[in-house]
Amino acid sequence: MKLGLDPGTVATARRLAARAAEPIIELARTHTTVSVERAVLRLAGITGADADGTPWVNRIVDAVRDQVGLEHGVALPFFDAYEGGAYERDAYKRDLRDLRFRLPTGAAAEKARQKAGRAVRDGIARIDGNRRDRDKRLAEYGDPPMPWIYLIVATGDIYEDIPQAQAAAREGADVIAVIRSTGQSLLDYVPEGATRQGYAGTYATQENFRLMRAALDDVSAELGRYVRLTNYASGLCMPEIAALAGLERLDMMLNDCMYGIIFRDINPIRTFVDQRFSRQIHARAGIVINTGEDNYLTTADAVDAAHTVIVSQLLNERFGHEAGLADRQLGLGHAFEINPALPDSFRMELAHAQLVRELFPDAPLKYMPPTKHMTGNIFAGYLLDAFFNLAGVMTDQSIILVGMMTEGIHTPWLSDRDLALENVRYVRQAVGSLAEDFRPGPFIVGRARQVLAESVDLLARIADDGLLTAIADGTFGVTRRPPDGGRGLDGVVRKADGYHNPATEILDAHD
Amino acid sequence: MLTTETRQQIIRPYGDTTGDAMIQLSFTLPVPHGPRAEAAALQLAGKMGLDPVSVVHSKPMGPDFTFFILYGRASHLIDYAGIDVPEGREYPLLTPKQVNLAIRTVLNRRLVVVGACIGTDAHTVGIDAILNVKGFAGEKGLEYYREIQVHNLGAQVEVDVLVRRARELNADAVLVSQVVTQKSAHVHNTKQLAAAFAEQDDPRPLLIVGGPRFDTVTAAELGVDRIFGRGTTPGEVAGYLVHALMPSWRPDE
Repeated sequence: MKLGLDPGTVATARRLAARAAEPIIELARTHTTVSVERAVLRLAGITGADADGTPWVNRIVDAVRDQVGLEHGVALPFFDAYEGGAYERDAYKRDLRDLRFRLPTGAAAEKARQKAGRAVRDGIARIDGNRRDRDKRLAEYGDPPMPWIYLIVATGDIYEDIPQAQAAAREGADVIAVIRSTGQSLLDYVPEGATRQGYAGTYATQENFRLMRAALDDVSAELGRYVRLTNYASGLCMPEIAALAGLERLDMMLNDCMYGIIFRDINPIRTFVDQRFSRQIHARAGIVINTGEDNYLTTADAVDAAHTVIVSQLLNERFGHEAGLADRQLGLGHAFEINPALPDSFRMELAHAQLVRELFPDAPLKYMPPTKHMTGNIFAGYLLDAFFNLAGVMTDQSIILVGMMTEGIHTPWLSDRDLALENVRYVRQAVGSLAEDFRPGPFIVGRARQVLAESVDLLARIADDGLLTAIADGTFGVTRRPPDGGRGLDGVVRKADGYHNPATEILDAHD
Repeated sequence: MLTTETRQQIIRPYGDTTGDAMIQLSFTLPVPHGPRAEAAALQLAGKMGLDPVSVVHSKPMGPDFTFFILYGRASHLIDYAGIDVPEGREYPLLTPKQVNLAIRTVLNRRLVVVGACIGTDAHTVGIDAILNVKGFAGEKGLEYYREIQVHNLGAQVEVDVLVRRARELNADAVLVSQVVTQKSAHVHNTKQLAAAFAEQDDPRPLLIVGGPRFDTVTAAELGVDRIFGRGTTPGEVAGYLVHALMPSWRPDE
């Protein structure tokens, strides 16, 4: 520990974060959402879509909601109808419109409960099997040394993404992220099947997940190195995508407690309910989450708002722990976004990065490259990316997203990626274990302590006023999001007595 | 005899000597690295008008691609005298106070601005930078202007919804941000928007589109009144609103 942070201050920060998180956790425990209920059906093995492309899980949840409401969960009404009547397996696909749902009681309820439990246990068993499979492959190949090199593919077409991802892996990528189509976060359903047209990214679908994981398994075997696959459990379908990630053995998922609220204008309550369930699944699946604090610095100033990153990380940590995630699953995010024209900008970057490292010693931190100050001068950008790589290695960051000198100009070309990897490789090799020799002086130590002190002040205010109020006031990313605004609030339902969710029953017991 | 000759001003690229015409370029060819690939790169550069030209760097990128950096002498000449000066900003910048005063004086009511990201675009960063109080580059956004009533509809707004809302709110101006450019989505979406407003019987509101990649099209081609590019500040947009909607107003009045 190089900064000599006061353990008392750090403990205070964590205590305040827990206090600020508590009412939100209570909110998440007492509510469900349409997407949580659809995720339950997906875990129970309901797949596919109708002729118009509407997934069956959406059709079922909507029908149950119309007829009996969702406050008791979708599981009992659905498995009651599915089991009790003349409905053979998959009959709902033919005539859902005629299916009558009721809230079963007595023996019928017990029967539905058992049937639902069996179906969901099968899904969770598949997630458990995937986790064992990953562990086996990691044991066989060995895990690559950190920092892991994280590269993005984003063509919009899964069949173009696959060769690009394999090429990136051969060039040295440890983690491949398939960027999603820009529209997907606001879709209230998960598209079906292999997709070939997206905008600035490729749709997250179960089939696309499966195809890409299989392609990376092939290249992992070829390289003798396990290549991790990342996608996005975010937006209105966060819980369902988390379930699909577990079912298809994705390894890391972008999953932030507040990103959708701030940057996609999704309703805060919807997001907090959804993130808890999705994190319970990630915990079970051994998936490493990546949080999105880097994004705050794209709208706010990286020096003025440095403490909001720390505050959000502490909140993400608290919500993550409560949902069952271990420290090694918390890929807390931050970024190299200080204006390079400022004097001592690199020293301040080191101070921030070292502070995050020391506050979260066991978390696989995800460090994001400069974007805001990439001006189109690709030569200066290449230099800035090298300094980013240097800061990453010096402060022992765990996952480094590789910066592109053409950031902000176009999606990366083949040559952009190649040059970027050359940059990382040079810095890693040249710097070696410089982290061991790096001893920060008073400037860096002072700056880190100042940011921590500001974080404690802000956390105290949030703990007193409430996190929802802080979000409404524009505390994060200088964007105001009131608790009754944004998309998806109509999909939130308060749980009634007797609410039944066979998945949370299993996942809660596991904690 | 002095006519065209003297009015011309021939320029060439400048490396380190006037008239050397030296330029650099880099590109990738989808062929394996080797002498044949280099010959192909030289031929391409030759067809682009570089002579002489040399490959200073070539590197295999996997088995099937090669990356090149070349330097060469450009054979094309530019008559700088024949280059028109691109038009600058056609209106003066105003302070928020002046903007508020203009609206009060000329309109005698609040100016209504409706903003949105249309199509599949979920990137609200641009529209938020212009509209939100926080603003951009040290300037407050339009929400900060007392005499401007801002309705930010957010991301992924359907064109027909935007047209309807603009009508319901009696919008004076509609601001649309388009960040996503894949498959020219920003151009298609904007044309669709302009067409939808053109179908209305009422006089349409001022249409303003913003985004980082509108540099290849003109406002007239898109059917909008004004395009704003990368780095635009809220003050520039506010100044334009006064210029376009209250052309008679002068700051000194």
